[in-house]
Amino acid sequence: MPDFREEVRKRMARLNLEPTREASIVEEVALHMEDRYRDLLAQGNGAEQAQATVLAELDQDDRLTRGLREIERQARSDAEPPGAPGFGPFTANLWKDVRYSIRALRLNAGFSIIAILSLALGIGANTAIFQLLDAVRLRTLPVKNPGELAQIRIPNLLSRTGHMEHHDELSNPLWEQIRDHQQAFSGAFAWGTATFNLATGGEARPAYGLWVSGDFFRVLGVQPILGRLITADDDQHGCGTPATVISYSFWQREYGAASSAIGSTLKIDNRQVEVIGVTPASFFGVDVGHSFDVALPLCAEPFIEGEGSVFARRDGWWLDAIGRLKPGWSLEKATNQLESISPGIFEATVPPTYDPEQAKEYRAAKLGASPGGSGLSDLRQAYENPLWLLLALAGTVLLIACANLANLTLARASARERETAVRLALGASRLRLMQQVLMESLLLAVTGAIAGALLAQILTRVLVSFLGTQSNRAFLDLTFDWRVLAFTAGLAVLTCLLFGLAPALRATGTSPAASMKAGGRGASADRQHFGVRRILVVTQVALSLTLIVGALLFVRTFQNLLSLDPGFQMSGVLAAYIDISPLQLPVGQRTPFKKDLLERVRAIPGIESAAEASVAPATGNWWNDTVLSSASGQQVRGTAFFNNVSPGFFKTMRTELLHGRDVNDSDSLSSPAVAVVNETFVRKFLPGTDPLGKPFHVDLGPTKPQPVYQIIGVVRDTKYRSLRQLIVPVAYLAAAQAKDPDPSPVLLVRSNISMDATRSSLEHAIRNVSPAITFYFTVLQTEVRDTLLRERLMASLSGFFGFLAALLATIGLYGVISYMVIRRRSEIGIRMALGADRSRVLRLIMREAAMLLAIGLGAGTILALLAAKAAASLLFGLKARDPGTFVWAVSLLAIVSLAASALPAYRAARVDPLDALRNE
Amino acid sequence: MKNPMLDRELKRGSAELLILSLVEVRPRHGYEMSKLIESRSDGAVRFNVASLYPLLYRLEKRGWIEGRWVDKAEQRRRRYYRLTAQGKKVLRAQRNAWQTFVAAINRITEIENA
Repeated sequence: MPDFREEVRKRMARLNLEPTREASIVEEVALHMEDRYRDLLAQGNGAEQAQATVLAELDQDDRLTRGLREIERQARSDAEPPGAPGFGPFTANLWKDVRYSIRALRLNAGFSIIAILSLALGIGANTAIFQLLDAVRLRTLPVKNPGELAQIRIPNLLSRTGHMEHHDELSNPLWEQIRDHQQAFSGAFAWGTATFNLATGGEARPAYGLWVSGDFFRVLGVQPILGRLITADDDQHGCGTPATVISYSFWQREYGAASSAIGSTLKIDNRQVEVIGVTPASFFGVDVGHSFDVALPLCAEPFIEGEGSVFARRDGWWLDAIGRLKPGWSLEKATNQLESISPGIFEATVPPTYDPEQAKEYRAAKLGASPGGSGLSDLRQAYENPLWLLLALAGTVLLIACANLANLTLARASARERETAVRLALGASRLRLMQQVLMESLLLAVTGAIAGALLAQILTRVLVSFLGTQSNRAFLDLTFDWRVLAFTAGLAVLTCLLFGLAPALRATGTSPAASMKAGGRGASADRQHFGVRRILVVTQVALSLTLIVGALLFVRTFQNLLSLDPGFQMSGVLAAYIDISPLQLPVGQRTPFKKDLLERVRAIPGIESAAEASVAPATGNWWNDTVLSSASGQQVRGTAFFNNVSPGFFKTMRTELLHGRDVNDSDSLSSPAVAVVNETFVRKFLPGTDPLGKPFHVDLGPTKPQPVYQIIGVVRDTKYRSLRQLIVPVAYLAAAQAKDPDPSPVLLVRSNISMDATRSSLEHAIRNVSPAITFYFTVLQTEVRDTLLRERLMASLSGFFGFLAALLATIGLYGVISYMVIRRRSEIGIRMALGADRSRVLRLIMREAAMLLAIGLGAGTILALLAAKAAASLLFGLKARDPGTFVWAVSLLAIVSLAASALPAYRAARVDPLDALRNE
Repeated sequence: MKNPMLDRELKRGSAELLILSLVEVRPRHGYEMSKLIESRSDGAVRFNVASLYPLLYRLEKRGWIEGRWVDKAEQRRRRYYRLTAQGKKVLRAQRNAWQTFVAAINRITEIENA
């Protein structure tokens, strides 16, 4: 049998087919020829004749090679043949690219996993923070036509004194005037918040309450899922047993979703109310960041709050108002109408406690309308800016991750340069090749985005827990809406372009001839090509430095706050918030009762000291008034902060008494009113005098007498309202001398036993005195630290992002230096062969790394200086341009990065010159 | 007798249809197809190796037929082609077109003969 295979192979050689394909064709065609040869022999032809015929048929008109060449050309241009039913060329290519990309990515699993992980982390962090921003800032209320809602505010009334709560916009008398005179809204409502106690004695069970005016649910367009909701008829002055609406979650929790809840009664702050309806699950009120358990009509406030009621007070600021604009009314038109009715409304509601100047300012106030569709939120006020800042940080991390991936992809593109060159040489269009490379990037980006979106669902929930405390839980609607979806999808496309486009352009931009000639080393060794990778690394280092500076600033802020000396010792103190009002003691018996309770607490073994106060220090609570004093003939007037304390307060708080004496049991209603003040108080109100024995007045408004207090002692300055706040003047009054003793003070208890043991023995002692007393405990240190939520959030997240950024930049630098070492292997070999020693090679490589690092750090320092300004208002105890922080950040990044480059440099120094040259 | 003119014309217009029809019922290898074409046309139509394989590869590239190497016991290794789902649709369309064409030619030639 003649060797037909060889004959076919000879003819195929010119076609440059892919080896496996060529082998298959050779075998198939040769088989055919063998069959034909056998048949010709069987038909009686001689061997030579048969062979000549078969070969002639093979070469007939050169058809085989021409036909095959045509098919290959068509395959290269990848166009679908005309007439093929079904898919067009675009979708066919797309599917082909997807399959090819999956195969290519699977072949390089290490790269794919790193890429997908870093993208998932980057996109996940961004999505999580955006989702939070979406919930806090962008989302509208889940009610009917939220765009029509407008908040009714007093934009120009800045200084209001009196009783403030929450967003503190309106008093009830002011609200009633607005309700009766406004014409801009088809309906309007007012609402306030409260924390109620559901327990009738013992440990308090808190319930988040809403005070709502009669039209609240009607204007919002909320329908009950059970029973009925509060209407204008329920909100009439002097309403008896108040009608109460409960939220869906409260209904589930407290009633097991039983329909018998309707008509049942509920004890709120020891007062009986009747449940009339349940709101739908999606409705959380109008305060974004909080949910509610029970809603009561405004008219029930005096009934529930008793003597503490602010319902009738013109200086009780506890309400906010929202209206639904009439069809065709704009915010401007509504504001105009509100302004026109303002003079009459404010004239009719001037608080009697205001002095003439305050009253003048009050009369000049104007009402206005501002957008209300996304509700109101103190969470938004506190966190909107930090969240935008965090989003910027997270975005930067993603950018660094993209730079890293671009670097890795470039390295991969270099490795595949020959493949690309061959495909180009065979006639593939650059556009097609780019599509192919981009498809791989897109596939990575989409996978990363999906993983990121899933990760974000966990991260967001962790973040929300960061925004709340045990006693004040943050509630946010975190459903995945179109904005979050669009954001994540946008990120995926953007990242794909960021890390995929440059390598795609690069890879297809090389000339095939150059790549082929460059052989196994790949053409990417040219200077320009490597330049892109250097720029990427410099960018990474610069961005990372910015993030590390930010992280250090926030971490040090948090540390400063934790470690600062507040002037008292908070560890080891349990705060017991008690309420003795259920006992309904006559006013005169409250002080002896509380004194007796304190004695019993002090008698518990392990308790070192205990005292009563009206305000627990640095927990966010405060009480201020205007103080008048005369020092060296001059009158001083200003704001001071107050606390009512029992004997032993300073001992319990371990605040140093500098002069004079503490309040003691001899200070009573029958003796002159006394006060212990802090150093700042003395400096502000009695400068240059011996304060002991000096009097000061408290101005409670024109209609009230001005009580006088005699200073009996001076204590060290302490933080009063929060750790962040500057030291303010504080006067500590004797609780026993209060005309109206506080029925719900806080007992501060210092013990040398565990907090849990203290808690249970205190609980026992209080129950023994009376089971009707309600109470709840907090560990003072925990409560104080809970006021640092925002700082904790910023420190943890920016620290995490900073760490991530440094890690990514280090990997980036390591990658580039390693790549450079491989590229210059033969050069290093030659140098060493010519006598360069190892240390010289080491220096050569490290110089390169140090140069990249230096440029990156320089650019990063400038960038960080600019960026730090944005964070200035969130810092404490250090400046945005704190030199120490910058030095730390630069050294940290420099050390880590140099260490990462030392590894490939060391490898380069160990190159065997012979080996390197042999491979050349 | 072989008619070179008919051979060329027919191949140009209908080669694809012939191949697709041959592999419609069961997979066949290239030599089998060339023998079948020759015998069924009484030698009027012939595909030799140089014209058959480019045609098969083209059809395969288009996804109308699919070739696969098969090792059968006691037989030589062969590459068998089978009709794909897409190929079935194309075959149906081409067959209809061909029949319409032949019918038209018939009508024309019949009129001329009449």
